[in-house]
Amino acid sequence: MASIFANGTAALLDRPARAIASIGRYWLLLLRAFNVPRDLKPRLYLQNLMVQMVRTGVESIPIVALATAFTGGVTAVQALYQLENPLLPLSLVGTFSEQAMVLELGTLVTAFVLSGRVGARIAAELGTMRVTEQIDAMEAMGVNSLSYLVVPRVLAGVLMFPALYVISVVVGLTTSALVAQASGKLTMAFFWEGARDPFRPYDVFFGLVKSVTFGFAITSVSCYMGYYTRGGAEGVGVSTTMAAVMSCVLVLLADYLCAAILL
Amino acid sequence: MIEVQHLSKSFGDRPVLHDVSLEIREGETFAVIGRSGSGKSVLLKHLVGLLKPERGRVVVDGEALDALPYAGLRRVRRKFGVLFQGGALFDSMSAVENVEFPLRTFTDMKPREVRRRALECLALVELPDVGPKRPNELSGGMQKRVALARAIAIEPRYILYDEPTSGLDPETSNTIDELINRLSREIGATSIVITHDMHSVLNIADRVGFIHEGRLHWLGTIADLHTSEDAALGSFVRANAYQIGAPAPAA
Repeated sequence: MASIFANGTAALLDRPARAIASIGRYWLLLLRAFNVPRDLKPRLYLQNLMVQMVRTGVESIPIVALATAFTGGVTAVQALYQLENPLLPLSLVGTFSEQAMVLELGTLVTAFVLSGRVGARIAAELGTMRVTEQIDAMEAMGVNSLSYLVVPRVLAGVLMFPALYVISVVVGLTTSALVAQASGKLTMAFFWEGARDPFRPYDVFFGLVKSVTFGFAITSVSCYMGYYTRGGAEGVGVSTTMAAVMSCVLVLLADYLCAAILL
Repeated sequence: MIEVQHLSKSFGDRPVLHDVSLEIREGETFAVIGRSGSGKSVLLKHLVGLLKPERGRVVVDGEALDALPYAGLRRVRRKFGVLFQGGALFDSMSAVENVEFPLRTFTDMKPREVRRRALECLALVELPDVGPKRPNELSGGMQKRVALARAIAIEPRYILYDEPTSGLDPETSNTIDELINRLSREIGATSIVITHDMHSVLNIADRVGFIHEGRLHWLGTIADLHTSEDAALGSFVRANAYQIGAPAPAA
């Protein structure tokens, strides 16, 4: 009886203990990765950074544009639906769309799309490198593998997510305006007037800060999941899934924290 | 010189290596033999500090790996070229880029010189034309040879081979053995070969260490191997007799 109780308690404590250990290992990974060795050439890091910026940013433009185009369209349709009261000016469609895209949807939709596209890719790539001993090979050569693999990916996320955010807002608002005009209820000029009136540059700053935070969260947690992959193909699958899931969870958490702190 | 002193390692409750001590001399080819799962690859990973010993230590040219900071460990690792069991080629790069990687990372050579040296290494492993190919376009034997070209690109002092001939046909295995011999001669490197291929051992090794049940059970030269009366070693050699053309052990 006592042993059953002891085993049960141990099992109960095991999960939180492992979670705390994982958080510690995650920060240690980042500390070690960003302690960039001076004996390695900056040119190599720069080349690697450029490759990652293309993969993370440039290659993500079509899917981000597609996702935010539909989001912008839906925002306009829903705003029109809620503004049936003749006392409310229809220019509010532009106001709603601008506020929704700039403050929330531009960053959030981009982050969710990239959790799958970028996060899963990073975890699968590093996980495969781990299970096929490519990371061991790099270490055995004397390369700081963490630094070489993690830093360019995280930096690429931090640098490219804001650019993708700007693209997502432009595409989302344009689609919103087109859908609003197509409804026949308001003109394009009226839409932009509604969008322009409540605009504050601080909102864009807020969106940019969020996109940097999301970029860091998604790429760093995915690097962590991939780098510490165990086992074979199954392990890579687990890491990839965990990277996508944890990225989404961290994005939601960071979204709340940014709103609570900055607004 | 590499010294392994009283090395012990366990994974969880499972002891893998127990009190292993040996010395690898300059310029020799040292083969570590033993059954699958006997701890040979674990020993190899300790030699470059990829695993930390539970007890004991590994000393390379007078420097104990476990006492070195990470930067020092990376400096020592640059004396090594490692050929991993599966090749471990970077699959995001072509064959020639794989060979160029250590050159671009650790030398001040100009891009043209780097390419010339990489092609030289590929020619040395008799694969002069595979440069633009990706690892997944190469056969297992070719991948190992490209990995070998990468391992020797910066002319390491020590070359570690983890099962260099496993999974290869006899002809390709012979080619790999010849390459190991040639590289030992031409760049004067000390070679440590982890294998259970007795044919390969007889072709390349100066001395042999037999790992049995996690311990260094037997150590000697090739000549000693032929005359040894150790039962466990004899059983291992007889089980692999088909590789060296000797009659198979009686049932």
